[in-house]
Amino acid sequence: MSFIWTVAWRLLREGRFQTALILGGVTIGVGVIVYITAIVNGLQANIIDRTLSSQAHVVLRPADRLNQAALSAPDGVTPLADVRKRTQRENTIANWTPLLHEIRAHPRVTASAVMASGPGVAQQGGVRKSVSLMGIELDDYQTVVRLDNKLRSGQLQLAAGEALIGVELAADLGLSPGSRLRLQSASGEQISVRVAATLDFGLKDLNRRWVLMPLRDAQNLLGYRLDITEIYVRTDQLFEAETLAGQLSASTGLTADSWQASNGQLVTALKSQRASSTMIRVFVTFAVALGIASVLVVSVVQRQREIGILRAMGTPAWRILGVFLLQGGIVGLVGALFGTGLGAGLALGFTQIARTEDGGPLFPVVLDSELFISTALIAFVVGLLSALMPALRAARLDPVEAIRG
Amino acid sequence: MADVMVLQGIRQRYGGGDSPLVEVLHGIDLKLPEGGFSALIGPSGSGKSTLLNIIGLLESPTEGQLWLAGEQASGQNDRVRTALRNRYLGFIFQFHHLLPAFSAEENVLMPVLAGVGRISAADRERARTLLARVGLAEHAHKRPVQLSGGQQQRVAIVRALINRPRLVLADEPTGNLDSQTANEVFALLRELNREEGMSFLIVTHDPRLAQSCDQQFYLQDGRLLPPAQADERQ
Ligand SMILES: Nc1ncnc2c1ncn2[C@@H]1O[C@H](COP(=O)(O)OP(=O)(O)O)[C@@H](O)[C@H]1O
Ligand SMILES: [Mg+2]
Repeated sequence: MSFIWTVAWRLLREGRFQTALILGGVTIGVGVIVYITAIVNGLQANIIDRTLSSQAHVVLRPADRLNQAALSAPDGVTPLADVRKRTQRENTIANWTPLLHEIRAHPRVTASAVMASGPGVAQQGGVRKSVSLMGIELDDYQTVVRLDNKLRSGQLQLAAGEALIGVELAADLGLSPGSRLRLQSASGEQISVRVAATLDFGLKDLNRRWVLMPLRDAQNLLGYRLDITEIYVRTDQLFEAETLAGQLSASTGLTADSWQASNGQLVTALKSQRASSTMIRVFVTFAVALGIASVLVVSVVQRQREIGILRAMGTPAWRILGVFLLQGGIVGLVGALFGTGLGAGLALGFTQIARTEDGGPLFPVVLDSELFISTALIAFVVGLLSALMPALRAARLDPVEAIRG
Repeated sequence: MADVMVLQGIRQRYGGGDSPLVEVLHGIDLKLPEGGFSALIGPSGSGKSTLLNIIGLLESPTEGQLWLAGEQASGQNDRVRTALRNRYLGFIFQFHHLLPAFSAEENVLMPVLAGVGRISAADRERARTLLARVGLAEHAHKRPVQLSGGQQQRVAIVRALINRPRLVLADEPTGNLDSQTANEVFALLRELNREEGMSFLIVTHDPRLAQSCDQQFYLQDGRLLPPAQADERQ
């Protein structure tokens, strides 16, 4: 081992210009990879974060119950199918306490909350706006969807007869905390509530429509008795939400939608963005590997006589192989070290330049140790692999040819 | 006295396939005594380097057998031949072929590092002693480019001796030096042969230097001439 280390290191040190060239190539390549990975990961985490800030990871809804018609078909007529969906009003989850226990018992579920929601109309003076009435238990709900960071005015509280409304709706109806508001459900039921707070849900449409109210009030207003319409679930394994949805659906008999299923377009966009960044990384890796290989091939040709004399004096072929493999490995590893520095610097520089109107970074870049370690490992392996061809060439040199050469 | 190297019926052919088949050596029988100091002479193209490369286990003969220090050396694979070279043989070439990235002392120790894999204090001591013996004590830490041609060749000679080989092969070791330096280097080889006791086989063009050896082999057109005829040629 000592022969390999000594000779590899000395050859690298001696071929300063070549070593600098090859290190520069690896550094730039690794830098680009780290930069792109940090930016894309940061961007994606940010987009997912924003998207999920007002959504549950999994939403359970009543299964579509199909009713058979009471009438039977007359003789001679064979209906292929005769099924009707129940109307939305009737499609609620009754007796949901055991279901909730079941859901909470799942190890991947970190929080859950029930909701009774339905369409309604908000009235103030002569103005009427159609809204989504959403009955919640405020404490439970906040374990699934954060509200404290969305509060714009008033107090985060939901006593009976109170409501939390979106900022757009408040503006449309001229409401502020303390104002009173009349809510009406589709069935004609009415209730007067007091606005406790206005919230910014991050999307205009939600801000225009969402009215959060106590569960009991919503159940009464919507005529659900004690039924609910949805169970919200939060998980610690964001990207396993699809699997979790499947399992919860199977165990509860409810329909379960993961956040991926409810945001299909977004998921597709994220996937194709990830695919194109992977493509860039693969191509850059290839370019780096070719760079290492070509410089080492030149180095082998240049040192042909030296290799020949080393072989003549009794150096085993495997030691010659090791010398050039190690050179590739060292260059890969050291280049990765410089490259991660460069990439991290570029990524942090980017956050300095790309800022929102209020001066904060557009999104945080993701620079974690996993990225550094995996990059260093990959660079080392790529260095070894790209050195393989030159190293084999060196090990197979015929000493007679090389010395006469 | 025992023989360090025995050759029997060595033939070497090159080419075949597309290129014409040429036989360069036509059945060489040769014995090199332990501790001897022999010259290999002959016209250019007569096959001296080829023979030396075969004796040095750097290439394998098409036919024939050879024994090195009593071990069968023909028909062995590269791994075995490499180990035999490292243990029993030293090489000196016309061009010194020192490694430019290493100092004189490191170059001298390279056969130890290449074979054993690491260098002991005793090896280092031997390298210093040998370098001092050839008058290079002051130059041990210089790079080859900082040395003169004669000094470089002396480093190469010491490198060939470091592993205490049984046989040192030198292919025109003075061919690249002016005549005075050549004489000095040749005299040094002779002294080292006496002091260290290993056998030498030296290819040279210089009849005067050849004459100073214990034994001369005359190679012509791939054949060794009998001693009487060889004497005539000189
Ligand atoms: N690898 C080879 N392929 C073909 N011919 C060779 C090869 N090596 C040597 N020869 C030929 O063998 C002959 C002897 O060469 P060489 O041993 O170098 O002679 P010398 O060292 O006596 O000058 C020359 O004609 C040379 O061209
Ligand atoms: Mg020759």
